[in-house]
Amino acid sequence: MPQDVTSRLTGDYYTAQFGPRLSEDGDTLVLNIGPQHPATHGVLRIIVELDGEYIRRAEPVLGYIHRMHEKMGEVKTYVQYLPNMGRVDYLHALAWNWAYVGAVEKLMGIAAPPRAEYIRVITCELNRINSHLLWWGAYLLDLGAFTPIVYAFADRERIMDILQLVTGSRLTYCYFRFGGVSADLSDEFIRRTRDFVADFRKRLPMYRGLVTDNMILRGRCEEIGVLSPEMARRYGATGPVLRGTGIAYDVRRAEPYSVYDRLDFEVPIGKNGDAMDRYEVRMEEMRQCLRIIEQALEALPAGAHLSPDLPERFIPPKGEVYFAVEGARGKIGVYLLSDGGPKPYRVKLRAPGFSNLSLFAELARGTLLADAVSILGSLDLVIPEIDR
Amino acid sequence: MKRLFQTLKGLWSLIVGLKITGVELFKPWITVHYPRQEVDNLAGYRGHIELMPATDDPLTPRCIMCWKCVEICPSRCISLRMHATGEEPGAAAADPGLLLAPEVKSPYSAHLAPPPDKIERVLDSYRLNYSLCSLCGLCVQSCPVDAIRFSRNSYLVGTTRQNFDLDLLARLRNPVDASQRHNNRPQA
Amino acid sequence: MIAELTALLSHPLGQMIAALAAVMAFLAVNGLVLLYAERKVAGFIQRRPGPYEVGPHGLLQPFADAGKLISKQLVTPMGADRLLFWLAPLLSLAPVVVCFLPIPFSPVLTGMNINLGLLLILAFSGLNTLALCLAGWGSNNKYSLLGAARAVAQSVAYEIPLLLAVLAVAFQVGSLDLSAIAAPQTKGLLSWNVFVQPLAFVIFFISAVAETNRAPFDLPEAESELTAGFHTEYSGMGFGIFFLAEYSYMVVVCAVATALFLGGWDGPVFPGPWWFLGKVFALVFALMWFRWTFPRVRFDQLLNVCWKWLIPLGLANLAATAFLVKWVR
Repeated sequence: MPQDVTSRLTGDYYTAQFGPRLSEDGDTLVLNIGPQHPATHGVLRIIVELDGEYIRRAEPVLGYIHRMHEKMGEVKTYVQYLPNMGRVDYLHALAWNWAYVGAVEKLMGIAAPPRAEYIRVITCELNRINSHLLWWGAYLLDLGAFTPIVYAFADRERIMDILQLVTGSRLTYCYFRFGGVSADLSDEFIRRTRDFVADFRKRLPMYRGLVTDNMILRGRCEEIGVLSPEMARRYGATGPVLRGTGIAYDVRRAEPYSVYDRLDFEVPIGKNGDAMDRYEVRMEEMRQCLRIIEQALEALPAGAHLSPDLPERFIPPKGEVYFAVEGARGKIGVYLLSDGGPKPYRVKLRAPGFSNLSLFAELARGTLLADAVSILGSLDLVIPEIDR
Repeated sequence: MKRLFQTLKGLWSLIVGLKITGVELFKPWITVHYPRQEVDNLAGYRGHIELMPATDDPLTPRCIMCWKCVEICPSRCISLRMHATGEEPGAAAADPGLLLAPEVKSPYSAHLAPPPDKIERVLDSYRLNYSLCSLCGLCVQSCPVDAIRFSRNSYLVGTTRQNFDLDLLARLRNPVDASQRHNNRPQA
Repeated sequence: MIAELTALLSHPLGQMIAALAAVMAFLAVNGLVLLYAERKVAGFIQRRPGPYEVGPHGLLQPFADAGKLISKQLVTPMGADRLLFWLAPLLSLAPVVVCFLPIPFSPVLTGMNINLGLLLILAFSGLNTLALCLAGWGSNNKYSLLGAARAVAQSVAYEIPLLLAVLAVAFQVGSLDLSAIAAPQTKGLLSWNVFVQPLAFVIFFISAVAETNRAPFDLPEAESELTAGFHTEYSGMGFGIFFLAEYSYMVVVCAVATALFLGGWDGPVFPGPWWFLGKVFALVFALMWFRWTFPRVRFDQLLNVCWKWLIPLGLANLAATAFLVKWVR
């Protein structure tokens, strides 16, 4: 019998904390998934206790990519903190941009001009499609299909080229400013976005034929990781994870911000709360993003992209504010506590992935190892967002 | 019976999947075969910042040494040396330190704009530590005279960290070193 | 000199040794060709070039890969069972050479005319399972152990439908000799067994995909779950030999499928062996196509497919064949 390596490693705090084994006869195997692992989306370590192929206990261990963003918020001024927001969750950077910028605007009573609001909607929704495409490709890579990720990246390249035109960046955007956005849209951006929306609509049936309807994928996703609405509420899950269980909670509808109350789109929900439902919710969300982008492009008003009467230095009054937006992974929240100085006293970043991951320990109990990988993928985690 | 139908539908879905990849097999490549082909999606690309020349003298930067870019940079990438006539070169300097180090205090921190005094200032050196830069654009936007802009230097390579400590004044005055070649059109 | 060689070759033992040498050369070349083909097919399906730099259009890439694998340090993990650990790759590759002997490339070009050719192939390919088992156990690594356990269960389960499909054809022809099975199929396209026994062909092909651990049944090497399964701990040529063995087994099962179902050396204009190779590589291309299209099947679903679908269908097919054969006679 191969030696039990974990008993020899006394230096690892988390392995020691994992506690005594569930079975005394040594029937169970304690295994580390990660932190270097192709299937964990970032540096996530999960200590599992396996009984054959079944998971008896699973404990995620975080902190391998803790970069102290919240501390940086206390050391940098309000404006200097903007690039940080693009790096917390780099896949939906514009949503994090929006959450922070929205919080400061709320605290200072600044309003962005209408054109800026529509620009924010268009770019944020394009970014959401980007994020879901990468999730889709990476999820299928976990499940063993090697080509859909390449097709997804071809679409992503188009969106990244479009967003590069106006923001200058391809992934970690620092585009929003207090009181608007930093650059206006050009005609080329609008033309290319319209072309992209039309082409992408035609591509989605190909994804459905190749993957979504595929018998093998359905076998890997249906009835896997069934989440009840009550359990989702208990852990504070948001985003497609919550909507897959049937609860239609979307921040854009529940606490509308910007111009979302003027746009017509559906909030897709699932029925059973299994991995397949979460998958379908995200695919449908991509289609709804296309609707939103089209409507916003139609309704785009003329005007300034940045409010003209902004203070020279951004020093908010004393007070606290919380602002939430709907990110690709769920509800992104930024809490700011200002003491009247040039730097925030406290920045708290509410990452949706943290609550979604906390489900995993309970959800993975009793499942097969292969199913645990599928569940982890269906939760759409980005570990840098969880560790901040 | 329903199980059989489901299985047949499932098997058909596999055939459909094979058909899709079979068709993709014969489509052209979507990757750009560098270096045999060049990328064509550099519109709006943000390279490192560069100094803009003054309208009357292409070797003098427009910079008025207000230190706004130095103050606002979140990563303290920019370092600047200047002197007034009568002072030693590099008399006033901003050198970036650790982020937790004391604030960068420009000579004008208490004022909203550079004072309209008549003292001539000369820029001695303007360096960018590109390994710290996050390309956020706050420096470009905060400059009151548009003295800095993003270059399109997408082919910047180096073998040591010193290669990324860019001397932007030298670059303005001598635009034919290696980092200037290749697709280095400035932004419109 | 020539007279002595001819005398040597007319002796059956001399023939067998010559055949083994030819097979080993073929396997070496085959490994290189399939390695290149797999990466190019993968590239084109993913709409990218694949290997391009090493040699014109990347044709010398397999040599670069082989050179890399040969030059790597052979590391034995701490606590591994040395004998078993290093026996496993050898045990994986050695039986393949024997498996090629009964395969009829043409009526004349057969390594060894043996009337139990099919039995020989099935028996020797079963040794691969043992090799995987030794690899997983001897590695002293939990991931490898899990991978090996999966591999063994999968291989053992899928031997049965493989056998049932093969037996159906053997019943029909009345012999286990591959040359004798391939010979009656030379009377034109419609005489191929795939039109007489389509179900057996499908069962055989699916079992072949599972036996060679290719996607969608590649759980023993599931990269995203178990890092690399049973060959996690092998570096350099240890991995290279497993790799070579996998490609060689692919060709073996495709060659058996060709001889059994697709008419062997039958085909107009070109001489027999070229048609045989063409059909074999067409089936190998189909295997690669499957790999790059489908996600991985979960382990219990894999075994379900075997026990609940392939084995009953195989048995039904066999019973029907036996009944028809008896009735026609």
